[in-house]
Amino acid sequence: MGLKSRSVMVVGAGIAGIQASLDLAEMGLDVHLVEESATIGGRMPQLDKTFPTNDCSMCILAPKMSECARHPNITIHIKSSVTKVTGNPGDFTAKMVEHAKYVDPVKCVSCGLCEEKCPVKVDDEFDMGLRKRGAISRSFLQSIPSEYTIDKDRCLYLTKGVCRICEKVCPAGAINFEDKDIEIELKVGAVILASGIDAFDPIGFGHFGYKRYPNVVTSLDFERMLSASGPFGGHVLRASDHAEPKSIAFIQCVGSRDESIGHNYCSSACCMFAIKEAIIAKEHMKGLESSIFYMDIRAFGKDFDKYYEKAKGQYGVDFIKSKVSEIRELENGNLSLRHVLENGKIEFAEFDMVVLSVGLQPRKNSVRLAKNLDIKLNEFGFCRSDTFEPLKTSREGIYVCGAMNGPRDIPESVTTASGAVADAVKYLRLDRQEIAEKKIPEKDIVGDRPRIGTFVCHCGINIAGVVDVKDVAEYAKDLPNVEHSEDLMYACSQDCMNTIKQRIEEHGLNRIVIAACTPRTHEPLFREMVSEAGLNPYLFEMANIRDQCSWAHMNEPELATEKSKDLMNMGVAKARELAPLERLPIEINPKALVIGAGLAGMTAAEALADAGHEVFLVEKEAELGGNLRNIYYAFDKDPQELLAEKIKNVSKNKLIHLFKSTKIEKIDGYVGNFVTTLKTEKDEQTLEHGIVIIATGAEEHKTKEYLYGESSRIITQVEFEEMLHNGNFPTKKLKNVVMIQCVGSREEDRMYCSRVCCTKAVKNALTLKKKFPNINTYIAYRDIRTYGFREKYYTELRDLGTMFVHYDLDKKPEITLVDEWDPDSQVNVTIFDPIMDKEVEVKTDLLVLATAIDAKKENIELGKMLKVPLNADGMFMEAHVKLRPVDFATDGVFVAGLAHTPKDIDESMAQAKAAASRALTFLNKKAILAEGTICEVNDSRCTGCGYCEQICAYNAIEVDLEKEIAIVNEALCKGCGACVASCRCAALDLRGFSNEQLFSAFDALEMTNILNN
Amino acid sequence: MNKENTPKIISFLCKWCSYTGADLAGINRSQYPTAILPVKVMCSSRVDPVFLIKAYLRGADGVLVGG
Repeated sequence: MGLKSRSVMVVGAGIAGIQASLDLAEMGLDVHLVEESATIGGRMPQLDKTFPTNDCSMCILAPKMSECARHPNITIHIKSSVTKVTGNPGDFTAKMVEHAKYVDPVKCVSCGLCEEKCPVKVDDEFDMGLRKRGAISRSFLQSIPSEYTIDKDRCLYLTKGVCRICEKVCPAGAINFEDKDIEIELKVGAVILASGIDAFDPIGFGHFGYKRYPNVVTSLDFERMLSASGPFGGHVLRASDHAEPKSIAFIQCVGSRDESIGHNYCSSACCMFAIKEAIIAKEHMKGLESSIFYMDIRAFGKDFDKYYEKAKGQYGVDFIKSKVSEIRELENGNLSLRHVLENGKIEFAEFDMVVLSVGLQPRKNSVRLAKNLDIKLNEFGFCRSDTFEPLKTSREGIYVCGAMNGPRDIPESVTTASGAVADAVKYLRLDRQEIAEKKIPEKDIVGDRPRIGTFVCHCGINIAGVVDVKDVAEYAKDLPNVEHSEDLMYACSQDCMNTIKQRIEEHGLNRIVIAACTPRTHEPLFREMVSEAGLNPYLFEMANIRDQCSWAHMNEPELATEKSKDLMNMGVAKARELAPLERLPIEINPKALVIGAGLAGMTAAEALADAGHEVFLVEKEAELGGNLRNIYYAFDKDPQELLAEKIKNVSKNKLIHLFKSTKIEKIDGYVGNFVTTLKTEKDEQTLEHGIVIIATGAEEHKTKEYLYGESSRIITQVEFEEMLHNGNFPTKKLKNVVMIQCVGSREEDRMYCSRVCCTKAVKNALTLKKKFPNINTYIAYRDIRTYGFREKYYTELRDLGTMFVHYDLDKKPEITLVDEWDPDSQVNVTIFDPIMDKEVEVKTDLLVLATAIDAKKENIELGKMLKVPLNADGMFMEAHVKLRPVDFATDGVFVAGLAHTPKDIDESMAQAKAAASRALTFLNKKAILAEGTICEVNDSRCTGCGYCEQICAYNAIEVDLEKEIAIVNEALCKGCGACVASCRCAALDLRGFSNEQLFSAFDALEMTNILNN
Repeated sequence: MNKENTPKIISFLCKWCSYTGADLAGINRSQYPTAILPVKVMCSSRVDPVFLIKAYLRGADGVLVGG
C-alpha cells in the first residue's frame, strides 16, 4: 500500500469543493483545488442571506474561504480546467490548463485603480448584469485570491491590440500582457468533483416575459438586489421606473418539475429560497405584499417548516396554490398574472414586480467535464451516482459532491463534500501527523523590558492616499517603549517582511505593532513572520488603519491621520502588556466510538476502519441495522441487500469492535481523550477513544389519530411496506387503498416535516400498483415533497392513475369504521377534494398512515453526557445549520443519520461518511494544539461559585468541588471570555485579551470628554 | 469637524461579527465619522461592564459594544 498517493485533486471551488479541500488538507494530504473562475467561493457569495437562519451568506463563508487560501496543504488553481484524467485509482495523472491571468498575483495589491480606468464596461456576471465591470476585474470584494485578472475576450489590448491603460495606472506594475496559458500535470490518488450547478435561464419561457418586461426578474437577480453589498446597496427598485415595489409575486418551479423541457425533477432549494426572499423583502420594505405561487411547498429540511410557518404567520407572506400560465405587462409597468387555481378557475392578479424562482440545472460545461474525466451523466445531465453509493461516480477513484449529482442546498453540499472525502481517502496515503516542530527556537523575553517596534504600511495608496503614513510612523517614535518605527510600502510583501525581521534582530525588539490592513486577513501571516524572527507569535499586535480607517474616512485625511495615530497608540499600549502564550498540545487517541449501529452508524464505522482506525460500534439492540431492517424497497434497489452487506462488513472487519445489547452508561473527557463506560446486562467496561459519532437514529411516531389500532385495516406506512413484502394483507380482496400523509408531522407538537414519508408513500404505492394494477390508490396529502430526482416517481405514479387529494390542516380527512364491532372493519374516508370542489367518500380496504418520525427520548441523556445540545424537536443540534452540519460546537463529537433530522437512505450514508471524514481530521493527528488565547483562573481569588461553569457555551470550565475552584479545560476553551466578564471575584482572565491589556488600549488615549464639556 | 471637536467613541467589536462588519464597511467604502475607535475582543460577552465605566472615566464620549 506504499504506492498510494498523498495528493488529491478537487474540481470546483464552491462551498462543496472548499469543504472537501479543507477536510483533506486537515488530514495532512496535499490538495489541488481547481477552479474555472477567477475566485473560490462558488454560488454562496452571490447570496444575500441563507435560510432558515437568515445568516449573511458571505459572512459565514468568508472564514472558510480564507482558511482555504491560507492552508499550507492547499494549492488553489484559479482559471483552470481539467482536460484529462488517466491512470488508475491511487495513481491518476490529471492534466489541466491554467489560463493566463495577465496580472501578476504577487505584485497586485487589489487597489482597483485598473478597473476604474478600464474603458471597457461589460455586464457583471456576479451581480447578474445589474452592474458593469471592466475587462480587468475581480468577481467580488472579498474574492480569493483577491488579485485582479483580465478577461481576455473583453480586453481591448488582447482583442484589438490597443489601450494598455491598466498597465499605465497600476501602481504596483502588476500587469503582464505576456502571460500565457500553462499546462499542468498532476499525480493524484483520487479526484473529487464539486463543479456545482447553473441556475435555469428563463429567457426561453416567452410567456413569463423575462428580459422583455423589465420588472420580471429571477430569484438570483433579486438576491443581488436584496444584498447590502449588491449593486443597489440593498434597496429593491423596479427597473422600469426605479420605484420601490409595493407588491411582489414569486413564481415557483420555473425550470423545475417541468417535463416539457426535460426537467422532470425538483430543484429542492427554490421553495425555501423564495420564502427567504419574501421574508427579507418584507423586512426591507415596510408594507410590502409578497405572494408565492406554488404547486407544493417543499420545506423538507431541518427547521424549514418552522420558517415556512413564520413566513405565513409572522410575516404575512401570501401562499397561493396555483399555476401561473402567463404574465402580461400593464401600461404602468405592473404585471398581470394569469393563474389557474386548484379547482380549475382562472384568475388574474396584479403585482408591481415578479420574481421567477428559477430551478437548478447541470453546469453548461458538465458534458465536457464528464467526457474529459470519462464519467457518466444521468438522464438529466447531472453526474450519475447510485442511491447506495451516493458519492461515487461511474469511475472508481473519482467521487462527486455538492449539487453536481443532484440539486442540493448548502448544508447537504457541505455534508456530501465531507462524505466524498471519506470515500476518497481509500486511495490516499494517510499518515498520522505530528505537530510541526518550530523551526526557529523562541527567545525568552520574560523579565525584559518591552522594546516595541512599530511599522506603518502604505498599502500602495490604499492607506497612504488618505493617511499621512510618515507622520504616523514619526508619532509612534515618541510613544513609551517604542525603540524603532518606520513606514513600509507593502508590509506583507516578502521584502518588507524581511526588513521587519532584520529590524527585530538589529534593535532587539520583543514586541511588534504593524499598522496596516485588517488582522482578519493578515494576522496569521505576520504572526508567522514574528515567530520566524524567534519571537513568540502572540507578541504581535495590529492596528487596523486601512479597512477601519483610510477606507472609511476617505474624505477626511487629517482626521484619518489623527485616528491612525490613536489606533497606533492603542496598539502600542496593548503590545506593552502582551506576554508570550503557549499553545499546549492535546494528545489524540486514534480510536473512535460510534453510538448506534443502524445504517448511519455502520457506514461511519466502516469508513473509519477503512482509514485504519479502531472503532467501537455500540448498539443497544440485539440486532444491527436499526430502521433499515424495516425498509424493503428503494425503487430499483433492495435495501435488505444493503443491510446484509453492511452487517457482513462491520462484523468481519477486525478493526471494528461490535457491542450489541449494550448501553452507554457514562462518557467523560474531551476531544482526543474520551473515556466511556459501557453497560450490558452482565457487566460494565470502560473504553478510551479520541472522538464520538452519534448515530442513534429516530423512531416511528405512535399515532392515536385516524382510529389507528381500531381496525387491522388501519396501518402505518412502515407496516404497509412489510405487508407488501410478505404479501400478508389483512384481506385478500384489496380494491381501494387510501394513504394519508403528514400524520403527526407539520403540526403543533411536531412542527417539522418528516421528509421521507412522501417518497415512501409514492414508492409503496408504485410497488403496489405494479404488483396489482387494478387496485385504486388514493393519497391524501398537504404538500407532496418528492424533492430532487424523487419527483419522477411521483409523476410516474400519477400517470399510473393514483389520485392525489390535497387537504389542509383545518380540513383533515374524516375516518369512520364501516362496522364498529368488527376488528377487521373496512374504513370510510371522507375528504374534501379541492379539484372537484366537494367532499368525496371512499370505502377503503386499507388505510395507510404516513406517521411522523420522532426523536429518540434517549437523546436527552446522551446529549447531557456529551455536552451537546438538542433542538426543540429533540433532534441533535449541529454546530451550524449551514456550514457545520455534522459537527458540534464541542470538538470531537459528530452526528449522522436520523439522530440529526429525518432523512433518506442515501442521505444517511452520505452524512455518516461526512461524520467519519470530520472525525478523521482529528484522528489523523497525533496531537492538536490548543489555542493560546484561552482563559485562566487565579486560584487565590476564585471562590468556586460556579457561575462561569453555567455561562461557558463550550463546557470548558468546571468547578473542582473539593478544592472549590474553577478549572479551565484548555482543550475545550475557545477564548470568548464570557466567563471573565461574568466572574464576580475577578478570578478569571483571558490570555491575550486580559483586562489589563484591553484597558491599557484605551487608557493610553488622550481623551477629554468633549461632548459633555 | 476638526481634531479638537471629534468625539471619541470606544467601540468594543466582536472579532467574529462586528469587527468583520467594520472591515466590510471599509471594503465597501462606506463613510462614517472618525470618532469610532475599535477595540477588538474575542466575543462581545468578553466586555465587562467595568470597561464601559473605565472608558467613560478616562474621558470617552461614548462606548459602543458590537456583537
